[in-house]
Amino acid sequence: MAARRAASSLLSRRLTLRPCAAASSTSDSAILGAARRLLPGALQRFNTASAAVTAATEEPIQPPVDVKYTQLFINGDFVDAASGKTFPTMDPRTGEVIARVAEGDSEDIDRAVAAARRAFDKGPWPRMTAYERCRVLLRFADLIEQHAEEIAALETWDSGKTLEQTAGSEVPMVARYMRYYAGWADKIHGLIVPADGPHHVQVLHEPVGVAGQIIPWNFPLLMFAWKVGPALACGNAVVLKTAEQTPLSALFVASLLQEAGLPEGVLNVVSGFGPTAGAALSSHMGVDKLAFTGSTGTGKIVLELAARSNLKPVTLELGGKSPFIVMDDADVDQAVELAHRALFFNQGQCCCAGSRTFVHESVYDEFVEKAKARALKRVVGDPFRSGVEQGPQIDGEQFKKILKYVQSGVDSGATLVAGGDRAGSRGFYIQPTVFADVEDEMKIAQDEIFGPVQSILKFSTVEEVVRRSNASPYGLAAGVFTRRLDAANTLARALKVGSVWLNCYDVFDAAIPFGGYKMSGVGREKGAYSLRNYLQTKAVVSPIKDAAWL
Amino acid sequence: MVVANGGGGGGGEKGFEVPELDIKFTKLFINGRFVDAVSGKTFETKDPRSGEVSARIAEGDKADVDLAVKAARDAFDHGPWPRMSGFERGRILHKFADLVDQHVEELAALDTVDAGKLFQMGKLMDIPGGANLLRYYAGAADKIHGETLKIPALAAGCTMVVKPAEQTPLSALFYAHLAKEAGVPDGVLNVVPGFGHTAGAAISSHMDIDKVSFTGSTEVGRLVMEAAAKSNLKSVSLELGGKSPIIVFDDADLDMAVNLVHIATYTNKGEICVAGSRIYVQEGIYDAFLKKAAEFAKKSVVGDPFNPRVHQGPQVDKAQYEKILKYIDIGKREGATLVTGGKPCGDKGYYIEPTIFTDVKDDMAIAQEEIFGPVMALMKFKTVEEAIQKANSTRYGLAAGLVTKNIDVANTVSRSVRAGAIWINCYFGFDPDAPFGGCKMSGFGKDMGMDALHKYLHTKTVVTPLYNTPWL
Repeated sequence: MAARRAASSLLSRRLTLRPCAAASSTSDSAILGAARRLLPGALQRFNTASAAVTAATEEPIQPPVDVKYTQLFINGDFVDAASGKTFPTMDPRTGEVIARVAEGDSEDIDRAVAAARRAFDKGPWPRMTAYERCRVLLRFADLIEQHAEEIAALETWDSGKTLEQTAGSEVPMVARYMRYYAGWADKIHGLIVPADGPHHVQVLHEPVGVAGQIIPWNFPLLMFAWKVGPALACGNAVVLKTAEQTPLSALFVASLLQEAGLPEGVLNVVSGFGPTAGAALSSHMGVDKLAFTGSTGTGKIVLELAARSNLKPVTLELGGKSPFIVMDDADVDQAVELAHRALFFNQGQCCCAGSRTFVHESVYDEFVEKAKARALKRVVGDPFRSGVEQGPQIDGEQFKKILKYVQSGVDSGATLVAGGDRAGSRGFYIQPTVFADVEDEMKIAQDEIFGPVQSILKFSTVEEVVRRSNASPYGLAAGVFTRRLDAANTLARALKVGSVWLNCYDVFDAAIPFGGYKMSGVGREKGAYSLRNYLQTKAVVSPIKDAAWL
Repeated sequence: MVVANGGGGGGGEKGFEVPELDIKFTKLFINGRFVDAVSGKTFETKDPRSGEVSARIAEGDKADVDLAVKAARDAFDHGPWPRMSGFERGRILHKFADLVDQHVEELAALDTVDAGKLFQMGKLMDIPGGANLLRYYAGAADKIHGETLKIPALAAGCTMVVKPAEQTPLSALFYAHLAKEAGVPDGVLNVVPGFGHTAGAAISSHMDIDKVSFTGSTEVGRLVMEAAAKSNLKSVSLELGGKSPIIVFDDADLDMAVNLVHIATYTNKGEICVAGSRIYVQEGIYDAFLKKAAEFAKKSVVGDPFNPRVHQGPQVDKAQYEKILKYIDIGKREGATLVTGGKPCGDKGYYIEPTIFTDVKDDMAIAQEEIFGPVMALMKFKTVEEAIQKANSTRYGLAAGLVTKNIDVANTVSRSVRAGAIWINCYFGFDPDAPFGGCKMSGFGKDMGMDALHKYLHTKTVVTPLYNTPWL
């Protein structure tokens, strides 16, 4: 069905690129004409666009890593797909193929689930002491650190994230998360609860069995850690389906987990597409629990499939349109910087991106000016080059979709103050784009764009911004920028979101639970809460004779 | 047969290796450095296999404790340790655990020459168990949740002054050295060997120590608590003595029960707080049990703890050795029947034969007082109620064992016996995740598990008013 096909990544439509001001940064009168309608600084935008063009059209740097693993990882072996099919994974800097990777489909999912089932029902993993499981995960963290450079380069190559980001923070965080979960392994407690009569009651927390996990392309390795970490710490076996855009890093680290001593079949990695492999995993009768991170649209499908098959419990981490609220007492320079990062981080490809920047009227004009200047300064280019802040978008589909939203923003009357076009002529780079005077009804204020497009809206009172922030089907995160204690307390409790960041953003420490309200998702990841997702509760009751106490 | 390998001199069989032991650390460890005592004094630590001096150790006293507390206070108030994230403290503790694993032989050897502990046990269980516990708390350091409710002292971000027993200062000093190597900042961990009435008392009464945790005898525990009250009311946790009962029911597997009781009584030469030291056997199997237990005890090999074939090493020092022999004498005079053992082994060191008394009455000294040696007191019982009542008739409440196949007996008795740890068909069921501690005069406060962290944390409630809140 069409819906299924679309479900694999975000919505895909046949786009006809209309010739417009944004089409080519080197055409003349169309652009200048448009520029006259914009703020005076628009011409400066044109100059900066040239700089970005240069950076983006230089020869891409040769990644310092080889692709070693391209097959499916099932039952401890790297194997071809049952069908023998492969699919390409692309370098988003150029659109060229990095490697062809085995394409998993329902037969491969069946094999992977069977391996996981065997590993759980008969294998050593759940029968080891928790301490031994902890040691395996700790060793895995050590191996990640030993191979950090290689892993970071692979992740940058496949996803377009800057090397500074992958090497400087993401890969170390993956090791950190694994150590966090290793430390939980031997601390999973049950409960003894009082009965109303002479019964001895034990409440046990047992591993669920086989967990199916589907992860996205925007943070391939971090999402691997958020999912695989708690599942393994609780003694389960896993079948992981990676995003078709970014299959490489999970295969590499799976080989390290095996080296660390993970028994065969405990972790299986299947590369493939949503409508085939993803759907097969979601509907599998042998999977005890499903965890999905991706778009809200696909999340709905996954939940449906789980219901129709064996009612496996599902946790969902979906999209967002998170408000970033700048109050009247804000230090504007700091607010601009934080709001900028909250939106533009990871090329704007963040479920919790602060994508509705609400600015109090008393600081609005100054904020817009400075936000524009900041966006114009943002360095776009080859993610392997140091000093680059923004790499390419993940693929052509996203790229087109984002530009379509930019067009929609212009058409709906928002003020384009920076960017608005692709950057360079190769690959999927987009200029850091800023719209001001955005109104709530505009599509760019309602839909998740998942790109480097900041939307600035004006507000006057706390009650108003609360109402408007909450008037969204999403509820993932929010940023609040103020020093006033009372405003902070009020806003923190009033915003219907899973994470509120006060005077900070994107703080993802291991113990902090993360997840959405409303259509941003169900359940929480990270922290102690994540363990719940991978444990079943069993009450064991027996009578007590001659109880000394009850 | 019982064999004693006295240290040195002729007679002993060899054929096992005694590792080369170089005692490197003999001074006080204060503020990251090994230093002499302020007084310059030293004291001897002896090898209980021979009674000979192994080393002279710096003797800490009040002045040294003052220096240690000052270092710990500075480290806490101004140093990096509490200001690091729990994760970073955890990383250092993990490194510490790795270093312990790397030096397992050396550490085990130190405990063998200092305390007479079995070398193999040290290498295979005690030391790796210590590393396990360190890793448990390393993994807990970043999971201390403000709530309601969060090595635990170090994991919690505290700084500490440790006074090891005067009989066994060697391994503690080595651990201090490894901690420093692992990256524990100066002043966070300080080790002051010395005597209880000097260094120990100085700690208990120190005005600048926030909490004291003591493991030792009930008598000394009293003194610690008194001193704490008299000084600055510092919070106290005590892990004291025990006279733990093991109740063996008629339906027990006889061989399993005999084995379990033997291990519970004689492990570590009976020098364990939770030693199973009152054995109640139901009358139906009593005679058979006694016979097998005596045979088993007679087969136990007493000798040099470096010898992997030895089951039981020497008692820790002369004072303990003499005290145990005195209790054996009292037992005989009180009218208990000596079934086996009862005598010292060999003419060097502090070795005592595994001993069994039968016809013991509940009010005898050997049934009431903690002997802390390889002495089993066997008593008979008829009914479950009687067993429970006898098990509880002690001022102690540390651990208890029960051996039965019957689920109802297990459920009833485990709830009825007043002790901190109940072990059903097993003994020494310790786990880093399982909180352990006594009740009654065996002490209070828990070690191990997440509960142990609470001893080292203050709960603080922070309140501010809310305006315009959509929910309360």
